[in-house]
Amino acid sequence: MLKWKVGLAALAATLVCGAANAQQINVKIGVLTDMASLYADDTGLGSVAAANLAAKDFMKGHPNVKVEVVSADHQNKPDVATGIASKWFDVDHVDMITDVPTSSVALALMPVAAQKNKALIYSGPGSSDITGSKCNANTVHWTYDTWMLANGTGKAIVKNGGDTWFFITADYAFGHALERDTSAVVKANGGKVLGAVSVPINNSDFSSFLLQAQQSKAKIIGLANAGGDTINAIKQGAEFGIAAGGQKFAGLLIFAPDIKALGLKAAQGLMFTETFYWDMNDGTRAWTKRWDKERNAPGKLPSMNMAGVYSGTLAYLEAVVAVGSAKDGKAVVDKMKTMSFKDPLFGTTTVRADGRGIHPAYLFEVKKPEESKGPGDLYKLRATIPADEAFRPLKDGGCPLVKG
Amino acid sequence: MATIFGIPLMALFGQLLIGLINGSFYALLSLGLAVIFGMLNIINFAHGALYMLGAVTAYLLLNYAGIGYWPALIIAPIVIGVLGMVIERLLLQWLYKLDHLYGLLLTFGLALILEGVARNYLGTAGLPYSLPDSLRGGHNLGFMYLPNYRAWVIAVSLVVCFGTWFAIERTRLGANLRAATENPTLVRALGINVPRMITLTYGFGVALAAFAGVMAAPIYNVSPNMGSELIIVVFAVVVIGGMGSILGAIFSGFGLGVVEGLTKVFYPEASSTVIFVVMAVVLLVRPGGLFGRRA
Repeated sequence: MLKWKVGLAALAATLVCGAANAQQINVKIGVLTDMASLYADDTGLGSVAAANLAAKDFMKGHPNVKVEVVSADHQNKPDVATGIASKWFDVDHVDMITDVPTSSVALALMPVAAQKNKALIYSGPGSSDITGSKCNANTVHWTYDTWMLANGTGKAIVKNGGDTWFFITADYAFGHALERDTSAVVKANGGKVLGAVSVPINNSDFSSFLLQAQQSKAKIIGLANAGGDTINAIKQGAEFGIAAGGQKFAGLLIFAPDIKALGLKAAQGLMFTETFYWDMNDGTRAWTKRWDKERNAPGKLPSMNMAGVYSGTLAYLEAVVAVGSAKDGKAVVDKMKTMSFKDPLFGTTTVRADGRGIHPAYLFEVKKPEESKGPGDLYKLRATIPADEAFRPLKDGGCPLVKG
Repeated sequence: MATIFGIPLMALFGQLLIGLINGSFYALLSLGLAVIFGMLNIINFAHGALYMLGAVTAYLLLNYAGIGYWPALIIAPIVIGVLGMVIERLLLQWLYKLDHLYGLLLTFGLALILEGVARNYLGTAGLPYSLPDSLRGGHNLGFMYLPNYRAWVIAVSLVVCFGTWFAIERTRLGANLRAATENPTLVRALGINVPRMITLTYGFGVALAAFAGVMAAPIYNVSPNMGSELIIVVFAVVVIGGMGSILGAIFSGFGLGVVEGLTKVFYPEASSTVIFVVMAVVLLVRPGGLFGRRA
């Protein structure tokens, strides 16, 4: 009898020792995005594919980690988003939410995540307030923000001679942040802002606002909007003879799927700043092939948002393994701020105290139709902005997490 | 330069003209809705999706069959009109005796299905459809640069709207149709094939929507969402004009386009809601709509 007990105890002991070596970590990630409206082609199912790819790649290298990805459509509505996020956090055991385009939605989710101590890895929204006055300890802002766009695109255009601006602004948090940041850059570089008009989001007809822009006689019409709004404004601008009248558009936030939808004839010459382009190097090209297979829909291009979902999710998972668990959102985010992440999409990314992810930015110009060698060959690289110059200086953000 | 409330007079004229252009689309779409509701008592929520299908058909004709804008103006409405007639025969005809709500729910569900399928194959960023060459360019009117295509839109809408009104209110066919909706049994007894008239009327209303879709394709983003963005506003327009009134739909369409255009100048943030404010006021003062016959 005693032999049996000793035998069982020995067996139990080895099993416990064995399990301690391969500690199982379970992580559940939610991709909350715009599946059907104006940002769907720049985020949406492409972001979900990117997250799935990140989960698969990470699990391959870490057999003791199980990553599950869920997704939902927030329809660009903060109330819908907070409802989904609350259910995900409280009922479905989701540890981290990623993507979240539409800054008003992103800002609304931040207190929810803080209260429930979950993590947010934002790749979709633009407002620089996310790492500025509204920053919190549970949020990491990947990919881009309005300050980076204003500094990259705005400065380049003013230096090129575009010194009078008229803004057509999407009337919500993102548009106003982008207009504010770009106006500051224009004025700081010797330019003037002649006027601005606020347009409801997801607007299909810009003729009235383009007319106002024409009457302002500004050299540059700054489009402080994105996705379907930008595409519509540029298309209708061609119809109303904006270029013939000597004015130029500044697309302050443009993605590769938008350029594809516009066509090179309408989009040629547009200059803008992004942090990822599918055709930059062998690493990005190889990833795009894999993303395309995962996305499984013909003729799609990955945007920098989608690349950011992949990169940010991988970084988050590395931090989760370093901490040992995904349950404490703030602890994982704090860990991310001490680490440095390398991937073929963004190069090296570090996370600052205010939650801002820093990596290099690139000034691109859209090719002329005769310069393009194929359906996805859209951009030429005009300049590279190193990581430490591309984003707003830490002390200027007004983030309470930044000491001193 | 003369100014009104700080806006130069010339600028205002430009905005009014643009308001008329948008009003043309509202008028075309609300006309189809008013015809369908006035004649069939169906609240056709699928109207926006069918407008979108008209634009998509024009795009598909161009890209897969090389058929340009002008033939598409005729082919697309016919194709979508036939689709409308199929929908009516298969689904709608069972609902005429029931409450309006059933027709609304069915057509709403249809709209969701049609848009979802389109979105699955076409994405949401929009598809390129270029202006027909003969309508390119524009004229500088002094107070604004008016693209030729937009002038064409106003002209065609006026012709189609008043042509439809004339056909329904002033011809024998229209008279038969109006009689059939008021007293189908009696009209049937007189030897007129009422179910076929109803099917053809629904097909016509749907064809009007598809026609508006083809007109919109070169200037608005051809995307699966284009209908759902417009349909709510169009419903407001029809309600303001009076649910059964053809003339009401036409006048409200153009009128509200102008009102929206003026709002975009003076207080653009409200431009997406001003039509609903007007609708609320009209319903408080005249519940039947401005031209409505029904109480």
